[in-house]
Amino acid sequence: MSFSIPWHALLGGMLLGLSAAILMLFSGKVAGISGIVNGLIQPKKGDTAWRAVFIITMILSAVFIAPFDINLPLVSTDSYLLIALAGLLVGVGTRLGNGCTSGHGIVGMGRFSMRSIVATVVFMLSAIVVVYFRQLFGAI
Amino acid sequence: MHYSSLFRIAVAAVAGLLFGAGMVISEMVDPNKVTAFLNVTGAWDPSLAFVMGGALLVFTPIYHGVIKKRQTAVSGEPLQLSHKKKVDAPLILGASLFGIGWGLAGFCPGPAVSSLSSMNPVILVFIVFMLLGMMLANQYLAGRVCSLFYVKRGH
Repeated sequence: MSFSIPWHALLGGMLLGLSAAILMLFSGKVAGISGIVNGLIQPKKGDTAWRAVFIITMILSAVFIAPFDINLPLVSTDSYLLIALAGLLVGVGTRLGNGCTSGHGIVGMGRFSMRSIVATVVFMLSAIVVVYFRQLFGAI
Repeated sequence: MHYSSLFRIAVAAVAGLLFGAGMVISEMVDPNKVTAFLNVTGAWDPSLAFVMGGALLVFTPIYHGVIKKRQTAVSGEPLQLSHKKKVDAPLILGASLFGIGWGLAGFCPGPAVSSLSSMNPVILVFIVFMLLGMMLANQYLAGRVCSLFYVKRGH
């Protein structure tokens, strides 16, 4: 069995790291998406414009790179109920746990924060267990 | 508009564009790819490990070599870092719930938001319920859900 480096994943990941470094170095902010979004739900004066701009440019990015034949995948589902439940759990979980794959997994882990390392291990393990059961019940 | 707020907007725009591009290029936006990455006991596809690896490869040296040595950001603003040290129950509970949601749909917040331009109903439903979940958790964290529950029980 041969293994080749997934260059897309590596390059994309490096862009995420560069983005997080730029946002923190120049503005002092954490590039955690759940945190940035939550700051728009619970707005504080003078702390919303940069969040809105970050989210809007993040959404537009997919449009800008589409001409390079890099496209969003076609996503479909058998169960909107499952998608809704997943969204609800991701929303509640990222608030209680203070971050998601970006805030904990990139910025927090990069800072060697113990809380973020623990959070990342916990959400990875819990997602792996869920996918195991999905496979067990033939959902994958 | 002050020069400082323009600067902050420009930084957010550059960072947002890079982040969105990173999510799409890395294929984190593909829930099947994410599921295959999490499926360690089945047909495991480890490629998405390179996303976090690549991100840490760039962010970690810049943080420890440049950012950490500074008192403030280039804009003069404070570095808004969490100084919490304690691993507590909400962190573990929150991360567990987040992981369950992530495993169920293959979406976490970054990829879902980065995919919004598709106007795909799956993405829209996920985002709407994610926002709802955040609001619910905020109510809980502010102590309102518990007090509501308490009043109900009292009757």
